[in-house]
Amino acid sequence: MTRKPHGDRVPLPANGVAVRCAGLVKRYEDVTAVAGLDLEVAQGECFGLLGPNGAGKTTTVEVLEGLTPPDEGVVEVLGCRWGSGRDHELRERLGVQLQETQLGEKLTVEETLRLFASFFARSRPVGEVIATVELEEKRRARVGKLSGGQKQRLALACALVSDPDMLFLDEPTTGLDPQARLRVWDVVERFRARGGTVLLTTHAMEEASRLCDRVAIMDRGRILTLGRPAALVAALGVDQIVEFRARGEVAAERLAALPGVRGAVRTDDAWQLSVRRIDEALPALLGELERCGVALESLATHQATLEDVFVSLTGRALRDA
Amino acid sequence: MRERPAPRPHPLVELTRARLLEFVREPEAVFWVFVFPVLLALALGIAFRTRPPERLRAVVVRGTPGAARVAALLAGAPDLDVAVLDAAAAARALRTSRADVVVDAGPDRQDVPLAVTYRYDLTRAEGRAARLAVDDALERALGRRDRLAAREEPVTAPGTRYIDFLIPGLVGLNLMGSGMWGLGFAVVQARTRKLLKRFAATPMRRSHYLLSFILSRLVGLVLEVAVVVGFGWLLFGVAVRGSILALAAVAFLGSLTFAGIGLLVAARPRTVEGVSGWMNLVQLPMWLASGSFFSYERFPAAARPLIRALPLTALNDALRAVINDGAPLAATAHELLVMAAWAAVSFALALRLFRWQ
Repeated sequence: MTRKPHGDRVPLPANGVAVRCAGLVKRYEDVTAVAGLDLEVAQGECFGLLGPNGAGKTTTVEVLEGLTPPDEGVVEVLGCRWGSGRDHELRERLGVQLQETQLGEKLTVEETLRLFASFFARSRPVGEVIATVELEEKRRARVGKLSGGQKQRLALACALVSDPDMLFLDEPTTGLDPQARLRVWDVVERFRARGGTVLLTTHAMEEASRLCDRVAIMDRGRILTLGRPAALVAALGVDQIVEFRARGEVAAERLAALPGVRGAVRTDDAWQLSVRRIDEALPALLGELERCGVALESLATHQATLEDVFVSLTGRALRDA
Repeated sequence: MRERPAPRPHPLVELTRARLLEFVREPEAVFWVFVFPVLLALALGIAFRTRPPERLRAVVVRGTPGAARVAALLAGAPDLDVAVLDAAAAARALRTSRADVVVDAGPDRQDVPLAVTYRYDLTRAEGRAARLAVDDALERALGRRDRLAAREEPVTAPGTRYIDFLIPGLVGLNLMGSGMWGLGFAVVQARTRKLLKRFAATPMRRSHYLLSFILSRLVGLVLEVAVVVGFGWLLFGVAVRGSILALAAVAFLGSLTFAGIGLLVAARPRTVEGVSGWMNLVQLPMWLASGSFFSYERFPAAARPLIRALPLTALNDALRAVINDGAPLAATAHELLVMAAWAAVSFALALRLFRWQ
């Protein structure tokens, strides 16, 4: 086989666009996983697809990775279209971490990375990548003996071993404890600091707000809204979210009409009020509950987050959608 | 930022290395490939070891007038164990194969010295042999004169024992089993674990992935053949009469053939359970019909062309020709052709049908 020196790599597109996708549709038998999706990711950007399970995030990413052909629409990654004869060159430049890939349990960390490195015309030294994901101590440990967080960092290392221009991460921290999560975020941030582009999916809003320059909130195969995390939250026009549980019936219209309150949404067994002025809303709420003869069970307030953006758009909570 | 690393190893080499490491680190796989066939050869070799000729067993029915006399006449006969039982016990002994022939001595008549009735199973070789041996012994004891001068020269030629037949069959069976299971399981497991999909997302060449399985099989096959053949030679004195090179060539092609068939069987299934079913379905007819444990000549003549077209039959026949008969490679051309055809067709189909995710 021929190996190209690294100067022969396809140059990055001059327009600064890393991913462009327009009118993307993907159907599986009777389910439409992605129903007309448009998005653009700039070079050097970290872009997040945020949404509940089944929103179509993974399907979208697998189409972008060239693993699944789309039914309709245009997909361009780093200026190339899949199937136009440059797939091989394109794969040289992408780092991919799939959701729930189980790497061979009998190989060691080092052996696994050597294997992945051998697939690429250009690769980083294995030891260096191991250091990047802080697995030096596990270098000779078998994959089967690693913890969940270590396995995830190894998967990340497999994606980074080729020194890619762009990283695709599908739920990189799902199922990890907070500490393991922080270490993964750290690796992603260091990749970005070197000028890499990242597209990740997540259903954790704090991950999206911390890592992403922009996020697209997805539900049922569509993008509901797209923008900078802070801007999306600001667009809600609320300060605080008041979440409470009460024993008895309260009318949503009456809650929404309370002074200082912008809206009321019922999620399962709790109420969520979007509140503009907490100093006005809280006494009014307590007064209203008393008037209705409803006993308060619990009450909490927090700053509005991306999660609340999702709730206000869908009327459902992200975690149980 | 972008440093040129040391020359990287070839992906085919790395894939093959990973494959071999995964195999040797799986103790169960090592047992089935290396220890199991040896245990099987040991058990069968002991069960069917060459024993001194078995003595034939005759029963004389008690209570008839001539019984005592017949028993006395047979007493000195070599190769015969003689017992005297009553009629019911004699019948039972014959039925349960504890006696080969029952001798019922009728009443002495004036015109002949002695009359007997032989009862035996005509379909059993031992029955017929015992009847002749008893008859011969009685005639001799009654004073028969032989007119032919016969001399006996017992022969036990090496290469004609059951273990000589068995060892090449076990080598063939082992090559089929490890080729198909080794490949099929690994491929389907990688598919269910989404490892195939992960590989597909890299610039890895798909042909390299499939070729690495073949290469790792070739390393394994040298050991597999050596273990079984070496064991047969050390313990039972089963010699390889043909050239080692011819044996290597036959085993190589056989291994390639079953790697191809294993790849074909594993091309689509998504679960290990699924692939196991197909593996068994494909292998079982060959376990039974391809002459690993007993000659396929026992099947009706009409079925034999079909049996000879099976890849394991071709492999077994070629291995026996080389190991037992010392045949040159050219003499096994037909078998080699059958295997090559299976290998080519199954590889081509497997590449076409292979499911990466």
